[in-house]
Amino acid sequence: MNRAGSYRARKKHIKLLLTVIMSILAITMVIPFVWMVSASFKPDNEIFDFPIKWIPKTFTFENYVKVWASSVPFYLFFMNSVKVTVLSVLGEVCTSALAGYAFAKIKFKGRNLAFLLYISTLIFPAQMMLIPRFVMFSNMGLYNTHWALILPGMFTAFGTFMLKQFFETIPDELCESARIDGANHFITFSRIIVPLSTSAFAALIIFMFVSNWNQYEAALVYLRSKELATIPLGLSYFQEENSTSYGAIMAASVCSLIPIFAVFLAFQKQFVQGIVTTGLKE
Amino acid sequence: MITVRFWPLSLLGLYNPRKEVVIIFSSLVISKPTKRRRMSNMEFRENIAGWAFLSLNFIGYIMFKLFPIVIALILSFCDWNFISGWAGIKFVGLENYANLFKDEVFLVSMRNTIIYSIGTVPVAIFLSLVMGSILNKHVYYKNVLRLAYYLPNVSSMVAVSVVWMTLFLPSYGPINELLRSIGIANPPRWLHGSSTSLLTIMLLGIWQVLGYNIVIILAGLQGIPESLYESADIDGANVIQKFFKITIPSLSSTLFFLMVISFIRSFQVFTPVQIMTEGGPGYSSSVIVYYIYTTAFQYSNIGYASSMSWVLFFMVFIFTAARTMMNKSNKI
Repeated sequence: MNRAGSYRARKKHIKLLLTVIMSILAITMVIPFVWMVSASFKPDNEIFDFPIKWIPKTFTFENYVKVWASSVPFYLFFMNSVKVTVLSVLGEVCTSALAGYAFAKIKFKGRNLAFLLYISTLIFPAQMMLIPRFVMFSNMGLYNTHWALILPGMFTAFGTFMLKQFFETIPDELCESARIDGANHFITFSRIIVPLSTSAFAALIIFMFVSNWNQYEAALVYLRSKELATIPLGLSYFQEENSTSYGAIMAASVCSLIPIFAVFLAFQKQFVQGIVTTGLKE
Repeated sequence: MITVRFWPLSLLGLYNPRKEVVIIFSSLVISKPTKRRRMSNMEFRENIAGWAFLSLNFIGYIMFKLFPIVIALILSFCDWNFISGWAGIKFVGLENYANLFKDEVFLVSMRNTIIYSIGTVPVAIFLSLVMGSILNKHVYYKNVLRLAYYLPNVSSMVAVSVVWMTLFLPSYGPINELLRSIGIANPPRWLHGSSTSLLTIMLLGIWQVLGYNIVIILAGLQGIPESLYESADIDGANVIQKFFKITIPSLSSTLFFLMVISFIRSFQVFTPVQIMTEGGPGYSSSVIVYYIYTTAFQYSNIGYASSMSWVLFFMVFIFTAARTMMNKSNKI
């Protein structure tokens, strides 16, 4: 009894110690962000003071004013990002849900061949698409428009797979009984499958939101006008133009990260679920 | 038996080749009609419905995925400067590919990409394995801590690169100030030194990917039955023994998956290089995707850049294939 008690007490101490160690590690993980926030409120001549003053001596909003009132104001980047992200994610969810349903629940001629085609192209890294799409978009007049970012984002095989896999877990009997009652595929899809899959949709939406929001390479390659830039591209422009005003650069970084942190904190559970279900499917 | 030839089609865990490919091929084989019969009305309607549901995604898929791949392949056999327009395109066969291996910058970029991958992937996996195991059972506030580890991963690479390059400024950046204050008179020049630029990018890579790895490892750890640890406790095993004898073997498929996907991603590293060093100083931090980018979009040498992107594909392909083979050998 006594031995068991001391064992438990020792275990508790170890747990406490490990919590402290892991917390210190966690703090070092987020320290660059803390430094960024702190620097964004400092005048330029105090940013590199050492030892670091985490709470600014002179507190200023000047950097943020600079970001929001620069030649191409930050809200424009923000609006561009919202537009591109919302349209891509919305399009992707719709087209993937329909295609996922076709693959999971309809037996039609050519299904296996189409599916095979989808699978085989998934092994091509995204960066391989940059050059041919650039050539395509230039010829189609889509270069330097938001459609160059939205359209490829709308038709990913990735969302189709994720939803197909989820739809397959919904028992066929459910769909079949609806079909016997006279429902066509579209009704089965919209009244039975979609309402039962809200968690999968939530995971896909959050996951795609984050990856589309942070999309940089495509924006860098397909967009030329500064007024069209999305947040990551806008931030890189801002950094190039103001390469020595570190306070303003940090303020711009803070502004670029706030929306994504907010979304992540609000939908953490769905996001983690999205990573796990998409990453680990064994 | 039917699956054997189709190992390249693994999907990085998005589907289970054991299941899907077997189903696909057995049905392709089995469904071959032995005698012709008329399609029933029902079957006909199912076909229409199936293609109708698929159509939207399928058209987009052909336009923006299949078609670009074909273009990329054709372009890789051509010498084409984008500025000269379609008139300037010239078929050169395998010349682009032959030139690659004489191109110093390409070879350096390849070498850097491989150093980056070998230097970041095992370190990040090992760290996240240790941290994940501790987080899983031995701490309070597990979810809060996991959140902190995950923040770098959800941040855009551009933003973290911008912050990183400021922190690592050689003359007055906080990192070097700190090093000087603890007595290192000549701290490294980080991104500005040709021997440390790649290393600094690798540090950023590890820091950024750690949270993702931890989430995956935590999910894998959930699958290990508690009874294994309990019986090891009874046998008097210590923490280290349990880690090496139970945790690692039980996680082998998760770790393998993580390794494959990490290598594939690290081959594609681009943003931090483009933002922080532009491949410099010299070509000391140039990586393959960055070289593709500059060749195609700064020098408009589209054909040559396309041939490089097929080398990238091949690197990715090896790991995808390895994963599928591994899946097969685990098959009971």
